[in-house]
Amino acid sequence: MRYAETGFNLEIDLSRGSIEKVQTDPRETALYLGGQGMAAKILFERVPAGTDPFSPDNLLIFSTGLLHGTPAPAANRTVVNTFSPQTNLMSHSLFGGFFGPELKYAGYDRIIIRGKAPDLVYLCIHNDKVEIRDAKHLRGKGSTETGDLLKKELKDQKVQVAAIGLAGENRVYMASIEHNHASAARGVGVIMGDKRLKAIAVRGTREVNIAKPAEMFQVCQDIHQKMAASNDCGDWMATDEDDSFHHNHFAWGNARTRIKNYWSDELQERWTRWKYEHMDRQTGCYNCPKKCRNVINWPGKPRFGYKCFGKDTYHMAAFLELDFSYEILGVAQEYGVDSYATPQVIAFALELLEAGILTDKDFPGMPADSRGRFFYLLEKIVRREGIGDILANSVSHAARLIGNGAEAFDHNTTKKFEQLPIKLGKLNPAYFLMIATGEKMSITQIEGSFPQDPLPTPEERKAFVDKWEAVPDEKFKKYFMEWVKRSDISDERTCEIVDWNEAMHYIDDSIGTCGFVSSFRGQFGGGVPYHMNNIPQIIALATGMEMDKARLWKTFQRIRTLVRAVNVKRGLRRKDERPPEDHWAVRDEKYEQELLSKYYAFKGWNEQGIPTRQTLELLDLDYVADELEEDGILSADETGSAAQPVAEPAKI
Amino acid sequence: MALPSKKIVKEIKVDIEKCTGCRACEMACSAFHATPRYSTINPAKSRIRIVADEIRDEYVPLRAADYTPSECTGRHVYLINGKEYSECSFCGASCPSRDYFVEPDSGLPLKCDMCESVPPLAEPMCVQVCGTDALTYVEREEDREQKVQPKRGQIEVGLEYLVQQYGIDAVAESLNELARVKKA
Ligand code: SF4
Ligand code: SF4
Ligand code: SF4
Repeated sequence: MRYAETGFNLEIDLSRGSIEKVQTDPRETALYLGGQGMAAKILFERVPAGTDPFSPDNLLIFSTGLLHGTPAPAANRTVVNTFSPQTNLMSHSLFGGFFGPELKYAGYDRIIIRGKAPDLVYLCIHNDKVEIRDAKHLRGKGSTETGDLLKKELKDQKVQVAAIGLAGENRVYMASIEHNHASAARGVGVIMGDKRLKAIAVRGTREVNIAKPAEMFQVCQDIHQKMAASNDCGDWMATDEDDSFHHNHFAWGNARTRIKNYWSDELQERWTRWKYEHMDRQTGCYNCPKKCRNVINWPGKPRFGYKCFGKDTYHMAAFLELDFSYEILGVAQEYGVDSYATPQVIAFALELLEAGILTDKDFPGMPADSRGRFFYLLEKIVRREGIGDILANSVSHAARLIGNGAEAFDHNTTKKFEQLPIKLGKLNPAYFLMIATGEKMSITQIEGSFPQDPLPTPEERKAFVDKWEAVPDEKFKKYFMEWVKRSDISDERTCEIVDWNEAMHYIDDSIGTCGFVSSFRGQFGGGVPYHMNNIPQIIALATGMEMDKARLWKTFQRIRTLVRAVNVKRGLRRKDERPPEDHWAVRDEKYEQELLSKYYAFKGWNEQGIPTRQTLELLDLDYVADELEEDGILSADETGSAAQPVAEPAKI
Repeated sequence: MALPSKKIVKEIKVDIEKCTGCRACEMACSAFHATPRYSTINPAKSRIRIVADEIRDEYVPLRAADYTPSECTGRHVYLINGKEYSECSFCGASCPSRDYFVEPDSGLPLKCDMCESVPPLAEPMCVQVCGTDALTYVEREEDREQKVQPKRGQIEVGLEYLVQQYGIDAVAESLNELARVKKA
């Protein structure tokens, strides 16, 4: 019997119209857990190096996490992976809500989709009954509207639907996949649209088995209660009305302008009123007591839900106020676009207009005010009309298509992906490494366990570390105690801190737990409910697999290194690992490159950021080394130029 | 045997404004009623269901009540705080009009047993796991009405119906199971 997982993949070929239920090998679960870990393995093995993201051979994988469907609270992040036309690398995308657990209750750990349907279809899953159905009647429908229509069509309110809107249908690079009020960003909607897959509707009424039932239930209930009572998890932005941090520190417009004293009491009072006058309620995700999502009902616009910084991106890009975000977010949700990248694309276009690189002729009929312009350009982009057809390819690609100096306005991307609009003074070494080497494309998907800033007094630091259960190793307490000035920390410690930050995300994204109770949240307050010291036990109780901290750390290293190999196979090299040039005002190229080399060595990668054979073998990834050698990416004599064989799990 | 004139009524109070639709209660109810206990999770077997419609902002935790062989011919539509709710959203019957509260495999009706168990739980499982306090538990004393003992014939009529509906084997199996639980 399989525990925690179902032991089955659902394999769909949309070109051939075939549907297969395929049993999986439990030994792979032990190596890659599930979620992103297993998806990386599948992408590495099954998608040849040169495959165009728009080729039918590209795969689109919807994965449950290993702990989905078990009593583990907040294990509900569905992971979507594919190759993105924007970055040409592995897309990493997550969405909360109810989809992943439902898929598991239907009897599948993941859906692997290849090929392209001749016309728009949707996938309908009810336990063993799986059908590819015509979706022509859903063409042009909004994303949650589609969910609603499918529930009616299938006469079942309990189906969980993930759908694309018009943006995905039109293969807009920023297209998202939406599920109720949750959204899968970072470049996956475009491939769903390319495969002509409008939606997936899933309903499951099967069992998920638990290896050690009573202990698992008890441990999970303890965590559940701790989560419900704690302020150290969930999204504090859902209730904290003081959002001075983002508004005073992040850049407005096309990630360009900082307004240092923007926030005021009067503004906070007004915005709070807007929110509470229009908020229906706060909701959350499957089996989680937190309420991170604010659901807003703005007059005349579709209802929508938002989390975190998602409420700021549109009005900051447009130099407007919160009411504008509230006005446009519901519309953007129905079209299905990434609310982090899209406002930047629009602000970029408006900058080009101001600079004379684009002219009024490129924007026929565009209103004069910022509000009107954003709505105008959103419409153009999701329909790929006129200039929208170029902008729909994201900032980086649009800049190259437009030419004529537009490239210089593409100043906030890394690996061709729009970054958070952060423009600061002095280089922060840990953030340099995270943005440079991260393969999850957004800093929010990389940072999160070690605090962003030191605490001012030794007493405060002491109080912090005394209750810090999340540290994988006591040494991190020492680092924190001795840390006084933000950038004043040794490179070795920086590498270890970045590694720990990454570790938690790679684990979350493989077991399906939410970053707000785990990987992302420890940096604020330290007291996250999930960490390296309790996750191994939970995995062991749920699955019956042997698991302890050292094993889990090695599993993180294996998955992380495999993701690197997946991308290296597609051409990722050192030259691509650069934060935006103006991310910090003061830069030191020589120091940065030295630090990057040190981090590569720490990870067991060579000077190009390619994992060495020695590293790969230590992580049971011999087949990866073989393939990279065959492809001429690793040379056979390059047995391990790494300064230290990091892969030793004993380090933790 | 004379019954005591007072009885304890167990109540779960539901504050639908507080419910986030997280379905932790469904997860926990299904775990508690699995054999062995907690060994499987399947919200479709839960005796509490969240009637949820995120798009219309409807979240109603509903506790499984009795089986009914036929659906209502007419239903109220309730207008509460400007939102429309079907009467079904508040009805706990396992009923042919929907697949709430039926065993997904056998089709047999499920019913909330208030987590009766030995030793008894301090609070029903769904209440214990509800992290938003949408569910709270109260015990209340109530005067007992003089209960009319049903005549044997009435029970048989009911059983006959169930046999027609599900076949003798399924009914016998669930009777045995029920007897086992009640006598335990
Ligand atoms: S912490 Fe918030 S975002 Fe995460 S699962 Fe819970 S409700 Fe969802
Ligand atoms: S009281 Fe017990 S049996 Fe009834 S719904 Fe709640 S958990 Fe289920
Ligand atoms: S656990 Fe509480 S908040 Fe969650 S769905 Fe059940 S009743 Fe609602």
